[in-house]
Amino acid sequence: MLRLEGLTKVYPTGDKALTNVTLDIPDGEVVALIGPSGAGKSTLIRCINRLVQPTSGKAILDGTNITSLGSGGLRRMRRRMGMIFQEYALVERLTVMENVLSGRLGYVGFWRSYFRKFPQSDVDEAYRLLDRVGLLEMADKRADALSGGQRQRVGIARALIQDPALLLVDEPTASLDPKTSRQIMRLIRELCQERGLAAIINIHDVKLAQMFVQRVIGLTKGVVQFDGPPDTLTEEVLTRIYGEEDWKETIRKVEEEEEAA
Amino acid sequence: MPQVIAGDGSKIWMLRDRKAQFIRWGAWLVGTLIFLWCWQRISAATEWFFVWDAPRIAADIGGRAMPPRWSYMDKLWEPLWDTLNIATLGTFFALIMAVPVAFLAARNTTPSALFIRPLALLIIVSTRSINSLIWALLLVAIIGPGVFAGMVAIAIRSIGFCAKLLYEAIEEIDLKQVEAITATGASRWQVMAYGIVPQIMPAFAGIAVFRWDINIRESTVLGLVGAGGIGLQLKGSLDTLAWPQVTLILIVIFGTVILSEWVSAKVRGAVI
Amino acid sequence: MSATLDARIGQQWRKPPLIQRPWLRWVLLIGGVVYFILAMASMEVNWSRVYEGLDRGWQFVLAFTNPDFTSRATDIREGLIESAIMAIAATVVGIALSIPIALGAARNIAPLPVYLFCRGIVALSRALNEIIIAILLVAIFGFGPLAGFMTLAFASIGFMSKLLAEDIEDLDRSQAEAVRATGARWFQWINYGVQPQVMPRLIGLSMYRLDINFRESAVLGLVGAGGIGATLNTAFDRYEFDTAAAILLIIIAVVMMLEYLSGIIRGRMQ
Repeated sequence: MLRLEGLTKVYPTGDKALTNVTLDIPDGEVVALIGPSGAGKSTLIRCINRLVQPTSGKAILDGTNITSLGSGGLRRMRRRMGMIFQEYALVERLTVMENVLSGRLGYVGFWRSYFRKFPQSDVDEAYRLLDRVGLLEMADKRADALSGGQRQRVGIARALIQDPALLLVDEPTASLDPKTSRQIMRLIRELCQERGLAAIINIHDVKLAQMFVQRVIGLTKGVVQFDGPPDTLTEEVLTRIYGEEDWKETIRKVEEEEEAA
Repeated sequence: MPQVIAGDGSKIWMLRDRKAQFIRWGAWLVGTLIFLWCWQRISAATEWFFVWDAPRIAADIGGRAMPPRWSYMDKLWEPLWDTLNIATLGTFFALIMAVPVAFLAARNTTPSALFIRPLALLIIVSTRSINSLIWALLLVAIIGPGVFAGMVAIAIRSIGFCAKLLYEAIEEIDLKQVEAITATGASRWQVMAYGIVPQIMPAFAGIAVFRWDINIRESTVLGLVGAGGIGLQLKGSLDTLAWPQVTLILIVIFGTVILSEWVSAKVRGAVI
Repeated sequence: MSATLDARIGQQWRKPPLIQRPWLRWVLLIGGVVYFILAMASMEVNWSRVYEGLDRGWQFVLAFTNPDFTSRATDIREGLIESAIMAIAATVVGIALSIPIALGAARNIAPLPVYLFCRGIVALSRALNEIIIAILLVAIFGFGPLAGFMTLAFASIGFMSKLLAEDIEDLDRSQAEAVRATGARWFQWINYGVQPQVMPRLIGLSMYRLDINFRESAVLGLVGAGGIGATLNTAFDRYEFDTAAAILLIIIAVVMMLEYLSGIIRGRMQ
């Protein structure tokens, strides 16, 4: 389980991106992180795997405080946190298979990875994951030959092959069309259920978030404004997070959910 | 202000206002004066008698240079092979040295922006600013005449050129891809091999072929200062006023350069 | 699990090779290695001579820590001024001549015979090394900066015309056609439709070429075509490494300054 204690990030420019964020995320819980642009959503998940160095506070995953680790320990902890990116962040000039296997880099030595001699178990797992996300036939295609939705599936496979305990997902659908967005969100939720993974998903689309998560956290200017199940997300709450606006169309109604199901 | 009030009070459209126009004319005037001064200096240092005589001399040399002495070709194959080797091996060793320099010089990969980056930039600027012929001159003085001096000269001259283009390519990479590899728990070197190297590979191949093409041209003249290759034959022929041989050598050099340009265009097309 | 997955599990995975055809891959690889060995073998390095030279090389490196600007100050100053003069004059004349040639060498503007003629000039100028041109021009016009100036101007024409012609060929057709559609004459068309699009690049290229011309002018002296190269050559011949180091440092400094300047000017142009 992940615990954040008083996590704070102040950028050198003086911008306060996060202020005293304290959260508990139990194993297997899928959480959506919503909030306006610049609210610190991206900074928050990057502080957890320390792509951004937090100014103070703790991030504790299964009893280990990530913020105080040295570089070796940090690398070992990063293996346990799979990350999925907004614009897929695949290495465009490598093949799909190499991109998936790059999720195992934390487990193999430099020369093995340099000569692409990954253990057979990794290769098998990569094939299984590619099959699971429906891209087995694409294994030897180059990543830049894929469509947006396909790339994001490769990104998901890369995160899962790390065998993580936690998924950090940064705007997974921002570059995708509405249909593909739903498919990707559904895939992420299913995979989290299958593997009992916790996930933190940064997302702009409130409706989409409500559809697929068990808990929503609202962040405004680096401060947690809301924390609760998706159906308690009222117009009043959205106004508190985003500011004044007509929210009727944004919130999903319960009847709709039954129709969809 | 693109508008000016004319004498009768109506507005006339003009591209530039009076002050900008004035500065513009001033700049042209200064430029013209500088050029005229340069020309006057060149003219003062020139024996105009020889210049007026030039058409006759050119015709004279041209008459002697024709026809080319084709039989001399037998003696050119070996220097030509040397020229090729100077350019190819020089490029090869230059690339080996340029890669680490480029990584040390790029803002996003340098281990220390304060100490190591300026040092790498210094290597780049100093090797790049000095022509390969001067490097050859220097190396002939140090390690003696021959093909080896030529190769080292080409290698040193190319380090800065390749490293500069390469570090610019490194600075332009997509950082998201690097971030994603870092997030998997990869080590520093793995991030390099998976996140950075694939992104700069096309640039690297392009630079290598581009520089090889330039090096072929440059290695044809290194012989003039004793650093091996076909330039040695050129110098010998010029010193003995053997104009038909000079013509043949120039034709051979011209052909080699055209060929190397063709090869490099083909390879670049295939790689990128 | 699908059938294709079953087939793949337990299979080794290899990165697909860069060159698909195996025979071509092997021919290139073995050919490369054989060439490398042959080339290295024909290099004939006289290692004892190299070893002796190391000492002199070290002296040269030391000379850089203690360059001698003073004992040949007059020669250095004269040489530098001559180099600068040659470079500036050649750049101006080179650009002036390269503009009409570039227009002629752009296929979308020039008729075919003009195109071929201009392309011929460009190819000749690019294929012949500056030094070779300088040797010929010195033989014809005699020693001195005139031969150097003409060499650099000729080389500038090839360089500028080629890049400019490519620019003109790539330029935005619709802009140029819009101007032509107003019924403009050929000169007006060039002036309004082509020139504005090519101008920023022309200025950037001119600065770059000035930089190259200065660098090149440093070697032309080796064959008697004037400039700092002659001073440098003398310094090397007399093993006056401290003077040579001073000259090289000056060249490096000037080149750096020119690059910095051209960076600023190009930045303003954008």
